[in-house]
Amino acid sequence: MFNRLTATLLASTMLAGTAWAETTVKAVMHSGLRVLDPVITTAHITRNHAYMIYDVLIAQDSQFQPQPQMADWAVSDDQLTYTFTLRDGLTFHDGTPVTAADAVASLKRWGQKDAGGQVIMDRTASLEATDDKTITWTLTEPFVPMLDMLSKQSALPPFIMPARVAETSADEAITDYTGSGPFRFVEEEFQPGLTVVYEKFDEYVPRDEPADWMAGGKVVNVDRVEWVNMPDIQTAVNALSGGEIDYIEQMQVDLLPLLEGDPNIVVEKREPTGMQTMVRMNFLHPPFDNQQIRQAALKAIQQEPVLAAMVGNPEYYQVCGAIMGCGTPLGSEVGTETLTQGGGVEEAKALLEEAGYDGTPVVLMAPTDMVALATQPVVVSQALREAGFTVDLQPMDWQTLVTRRASQAAPAEGGWNIFITNWMVPEISNPISNPMLNGRGDDAWFGWPTDEKVEELKENFIDATDAEAQKAVAEEIQAHAIDNGLLIPLGQYTLPQARRAGITDMINSPVPVFWNLQKAE
Amino acid sequence: MSPIPPPTSAMQPVLRALRLPQFGWGSKIAALVLAVIVVLTLLAQWIAPHDPLTMNPLARLKGPIEGHPLGTDNFGRDIFSRVLIGGQLSLIIGIATAVVSVLIGLVIGMVAGFFRTADAIIMRMMDALMAIPSILLAIALVALNGPSVGSVIAAITIPEIPRVVRLVRAVVLAAREEPYVEAAIALGTSMPKILVRHLVPNTLAPLIVQGTYILASAILTEAILSFLGAGVSTETPTWGNIMAEGRMFFRIKPELILYPGLALSLCILSINLLGDAARDMLDPRLKKRAG
Amino acid sequence: MLGYILRRILAVIPVMLLVAVFVFLLLRLTPGDPAAIIAGDMATPAQLERIREAMGLNQPLHIQFVTWLGRLMQGDLGVSLISNTPVSAMIADRMGPTFAIAILTILMSVAMAVPMGVLAAWKHRSGADYAVMTFSVLGFSVPVFVIGYLFILIFSLKLGWFPVQGYTPVGSGLGAFLSNAFLPALTLSTIYIALIARMTRANMLEVLGEDYIRTARAKGAPERTVLFRHALKNAAVPILTVIGSGFALLIGGVVVTETVFNIPGIGRLTVDAILARDYPVIQAMILLTSFLYVLVNLLIDLSYSFFDPRIRY
Repeated sequence: MFNRLTATLLASTMLAGTAWAETTVKAVMHSGLRVLDPVITTAHITRNHAYMIYDVLIAQDSQFQPQPQMADWAVSDDQLTYTFTLRDGLTFHDGTPVTAADAVASLKRWGQKDAGGQVIMDRTASLEATDDKTITWTLTEPFVPMLDMLSKQSALPPFIMPARVAETSADEAITDYTGSGPFRFVEEEFQPGLTVVYEKFDEYVPRDEPADWMAGGKVVNVDRVEWVNMPDIQTAVNALSGGEIDYIEQMQVDLLPLLEGDPNIVVEKREPTGMQTMVRMNFLHPPFDNQQIRQAALKAIQQEPVLAAMVGNPEYYQVCGAIMGCGTPLGSEVGTETLTQGGGVEEAKALLEEAGYDGTPVVLMAPTDMVALATQPVVVSQALREAGFTVDLQPMDWQTLVTRRASQAAPAEGGWNIFITNWMVPEISNPISNPMLNGRGDDAWFGWPTDEKVEELKENFIDATDAEAQKAVAEEIQAHAIDNGLLIPLGQYTLPQARRAGITDMINSPVPVFWNLQKAE
Repeated sequence: MSPIPPPTSAMQPVLRALRLPQFGWGSKIAALVLAVIVVLTLLAQWIAPHDPLTMNPLARLKGPIEGHPLGTDNFGRDIFSRVLIGGQLSLIIGIATAVVSVLIGLVIGMVAGFFRTADAIIMRMMDALMAIPSILLAIALVALNGPSVGSVIAAITIPEIPRVVRLVRAVVLAAREEPYVEAAIALGTSMPKILVRHLVPNTLAPLIVQGTYILASAILTEAILSFLGAGVSTETPTWGNIMAEGRMFFRIKPELILYPGLALSLCILSINLLGDAARDMLDPRLKKRAG
Repeated sequence: MLGYILRRILAVIPVMLLVAVFVFLLLRLTPGDPAAIIAGDMATPAQLERIREAMGLNQPLHIQFVTWLGRLMQGDLGVSLISNTPVSAMIADRMGPTFAIAILTILMSVAMAVPMGVLAAWKHRSGADYAVMTFSVLGFSVPVFVIGYLFILIFSLKLGWFPVQGYTPVGSGLGAFLSNAFLPALTLSTIYIALIARMTRANMLEVLGEDYIRTARAKGAPERTVLFRHALKNAAVPILTVIGSGFALLIGGVVVTETVFNIPGIGRLTVDAILARDYPVIQAMILLTSFLYVLVNLLIDLSYSFFDPRIRY
């Protein structure tokens, strides 16, 4: 009786605080959500969705350090055994408690797909639930980045699903969207590519620590979050000005003047690191099977025009030659002076001549339907032409591009020479998880470089015991990757977010999250 | 289905149409405007103050400034030059579509009209083709072939063909009942000869009219395809893709849509007006039908 | 009459079957792989291959076609390759806005275009006539998205009369619906108004010259009766034809206006599906729109006899 009374009283005070009305946050995200399985795809929007409805064992804080989230951990002295202990109160959205068995099944499915996960699985002696709350993970050899891999927020964090869902083959999309995260997915209102609705999951027990990026307590202060997709950012801007939506995840910088002077709207950089845009060349086919010609392409390009055409306002881009990102622990700009300062065109011409470039056309794939990727190919193609390359700029939709980049055929027969893509800096800030630094030929990322040196350097990195040593190896990797043309970094940019002034206390993590924030009515 | 224009006698209307003074003042203005647009685009290489592809990303989205009478686009390219040069490809796509669809339609329509056995099959296929909304068909076709100039022309042409086929077939069906055709058949004149000598001339007048309309609508369709992200590369400007690119900047730089839009609309408007005039001239009976 | 209707309905079957074959082949010959878009940026070729296998994309074409057609016969449109949602549910979800706006468009166009056409014919060769004629050519000559942006610029941003974007279902109140739907419908209407006004004018001109109109006038019938009762009824057939053959135009326009005004309709669904190679959705949408086209034109053909007693089957 007493309990019921306090409960009622508590409930009414809480309600008085938040008023009776339901608070709904309407957000326009960077793209429409279509795929709901965070293991089958690395699409950022799916990962963002997963952070809404799933929870993770351990999570990264704003210092890039792993922190407990669902679980605490202990490491054995020999660095071979990791023991994770689930905290109390973890519940799936269907009401069943989260057990160690669920976590183990989820980690195993993740380990088949994620690059970092695969490396761990290769070194795993056993991964099992020793009791309801305890996960014991034993390795065959010490693996220093273990906790970094498990706590990373991109591209593919290990989300915890119920064991029955995690038993789905890793190549098949899941169809049951039960998680244990702070929000619940409202399946009935899901319109693929258009609207996604989340409701606050009342039984979620947040940690006590304050929220810090993906770590700390995930306290939800709104009842409902709706993600609406709009076909162009201009429409979204209009809707934000009119108060029809609360939040735009990625603003096009050129349109910022439209929001200036409106006291109800705040435009800000959400997170410090931003995105990297970069060129990838195909190592299998002429002319880029030749290191000198790859080097010529690198010398021909200067970052600033690319970034200016893409972003416009210099406040939102940063010339940066570091393949692992500027402003990250391992970022180094060795060897990229021409990229950042220009003046490499003559050198490029000389290299082309020396290499005997015969005018083989360079097939440059240019996606037309992705705003963040549409301008770079045009500027890059002009730069390459100026250095003496013959460029065949081929416009195509993004879907054709992702299909075609998987083709190892000759460029004239449906293959390719160059394309450009963007990464979130946390995804590429570590040589183990940076896909460009995979030198294993056919098993490498599209472009398929066979580069034993980079593999060797990565082994050195894994063996490096302290931050100092890691940084030294990372610098060697940078110098080598630039010299070999594993990628051409085009610089970094941040697309600012825009919110109604009534939305406050947003977390400035690279992944936009909806816990912690408040909405004033 | 829309009323089928009755056939007219041979070449006379075409010849008559060539006597320009019969056009009204509206058509004369239209002819003048079209002539100006065509001449400007033909001479674009010499008139344009800049190379339409030379970019300067550090001076992008500027208003009218010295050297750039209409300002610059998001790559810092000269809008005026791009609109001038863009007209070339827009017109080429329009003309190619009109010519190709009329020629293919003529051949298929002839076959359908003259050979009863082929007729049913061809017309069912044309019905099916016509039932698919042309924009959706065109986007799918561009996706199929990649957005090159050739595939854009093909994508706009294919949905136009059934309309031409129907027109030609109707003319042929009516003409083959004419005494002189029956006489030719009875005299054992070879089939190709009958087709070329007696039937093709009958189709000329309606085809010229149809051709101008296809020309106008093809230029428009190219713009819409570009708008939907299935057009030709930005390195080969067309009125359509200039507008498509400019649409992101509509609120801060509406010129990117307005100027190419104006050029395109004026061009299509004059083609349509001339098409109407040609129709009135070539076939007075059509005039009553469509005003 | 009944025999004719039956014949016409039966004739729909081979046409639709051809559309089905055509659409299926067209899509499967398109380069592009839905598995790649699902898998995202980090997938390796081997992972892609496994996803393709799981999605049934590795089977021979004819098997895929027969499977698809068989399910189609049972009313099963399949499941979206990308989002795993039933296609029928996706379409049902997105149909409302498109149809509501299409119907509003047709109503608005007829309401504006028919009086315009009648006026132009009645005051033949007057200023009004030339104005209507100029407008009707202009309507064909300006791309629909340019019109849309102009309307947004003028009516939403400058005058603030309508919201810039979005959609409210009719269920939430007619006023709310209209405030969102008016501009898109007006945009779509321009080309329709042009078409219908032209047609109406031409047919009115023809009919107004006929003997029975002169008789009616001679008998002292009021001009309004002459125009709307006698003349317009006879001009109805060609106008109906225009609405029917303009259906394809409407679909094309819907795709564009839904993008300009951010309306969650089936036009955008289709374009998105094409860009993502979501085969089941594209197939279903093209089949559906083609079927509607055939159906609308069938109904219009059949309604001729109602409006024009001279047409008998």
